[in-house]
Amino acid sequence: MIEFRNVTKVYEAGNRAIEGVSLHIDDGEFVFLVGPSGSGKSTIIKLLTAELEPTSGSIEVNGYKLETIKKRQIPYMRRTVGVIFQDFRLIENKSVFENIAYGMRIVGASSREITARVPYVLDLVGLENRGRRLPHELSGGEQQRVAIARALVNNPAMIVADEPTGNLDPQRSYEIMMLLESINALGTTVMVVTHEQELVNRFTKRVIAIKDGRVINDGMDGYYINEET
Amino acid sequence: MGYLFKEGVRNMYTHGFMSFAAVCVTVACLVIISSFSLLIYNLSIFVSDMEQQNRVLAYVEETYDTAEAKSVGSRINLLKNVREAVFISREEAGERFIRQEGGGEAYEGIDSSTFRDRFEITLEDNSKMDETVTALEQIQGVVKVRARSELAKGFTTIQKVLNLASAAIIVVLLVVSLFMISNTIKLAMYDRRDEIAIMKMIGATNRFIRFPYFVEGFVIGSISGAVAFFLEWGLYDFLDKRISEVQSLQLLKLVPFEQVLLLTAVTFGAVGLFVGVFGSVMSIRKFLDV
Repeated sequence: MIEFRNVTKVYEAGNRAIEGVSLHIDDGEFVFLVGPSGSGKSTIIKLLTAELEPTSGSIEVNGYKLETIKKRQIPYMRRTVGVIFQDFRLIENKSVFENIAYGMRIVGASSREITARVPYVLDLVGLENRGRRLPHELSGGEQQRVAIARALVNNPAMIVADEPTGNLDPQRSYEIMMLLESINALGTTVMVVTHEQELVNRFTKRVIAIKDGRVINDGMDGYYINEET
Repeated sequence: MGYLFKEGVRNMYTHGFMSFAAVCVTVACLVIISSFSLLIYNLSIFVSDMEQQNRVLAYVEETYDTAEAKSVGSRINLLKNVREAVFISREEAGERFIRQEGGGEAYEGIDSSTFRDRFEITLEDNSKMDETVTALEQIQGVVKVRARSELAKGFTTIQKVLNLASAAIIVVLLVVSLFMISNTIKLAMYDRRDEIAIMKMIGATNRFIRFPYFVEGFVIGSISGAVAFFLEWGLYDFLDKRISEVQSLQLLKLVPFEQVLLLTAVTFGAVGLFVGVFGSVMSIRKFLDV
């Protein structure tokens, strides 16, 4: 569950990234967070992964109150949120299997658990035969699937995807969205941050629209606000 | 734990060039500092040997027979700064004199009574020569004391300058070395900042991220220390042999490496490990703040 209550973030240079943002995302929801470049989407992601601290307001993520969270608790909070990035952020010198297994190793999983779980997740994202490859040997779509598998491997309560299709062609983008939808169907909360209007409109999901750091729309009808709105 | 240990060793290979650079810089710094330290150590021993040869002579009252003259030695040995007082009879003194002058007919028939019984005294600390001479002169039976206190002062000054200069130069070299080594390690860490950021983002604790770097620093430090030690040993032995082959450099005989082997090995091991482990763990710190 994500809860933003009247959150404002002002950067040191005085740049006001978001202002008075309040939003609530329940467990099991699928939400699009949309808005033009510079609207504050990335700031929201950074705030909910505790990369940034809010200037004012309060944030709660999967039971962790981020305004009072201790530094040493942040890794444990992050384990409840699987984050997927536009540039995949895979560890280049580790195989696909090891990239995914790493997520399990940090929580102290045994080799037996890893050997059982990683092939299952690889199968789930359609990469069952790619375990031994290095990330650079895969296509962009496949690399994003590896990133999704890594985010999924510890069964997080929530997946946050930051422009997950930004580097992919329309067909691969659609496939990735379908994959995220199927993950959501299994009970995981999914939040997709994007500015791709067409892609959003192909799905009938809740859309939260941000512009100039403020929430300007929050609806269940796939509504999308573009830059001209 | 086993996984983290393997990761540390594996990281060394996957970032082979940076590991190699870190080892090379550490080895170079260790060899430069230790070579200089060994040079200073040898010079210091050389000066100290020369200083020890500057002995004080205490002449005994002419009227004393040999037994009485020898008994003066027990009073001389009571002085704090006296390490050793060797009795030289007037006969022996005469023989030495003739030997020193090259012998010959002119010296035949010199009566040993021309010379006085004496003590050849080695001091603990030549910088206190003047005070010791005064004390010797007050001993009953000692009629005259001969000491080259100016020479002693000269040696003391050389030793002090040598100590001060070497300490200053070693500190400067150490600081420069630490700076170079820490920069090399920082560069290696900078190379991996994205990797560390990914680890942080998926929920790895700082301890989990740091441990492989600790292992890596430990291994790199150990390798650097070992390589530097054997390199230094080889260089030292080579130099020692070359010096012993040159007749004119016989005075500069080096202390055998075996005499400083343990100290050098322990120092190299400790410095290598400290630099490797501390350098890695400290350099990673700023990348962990994500």
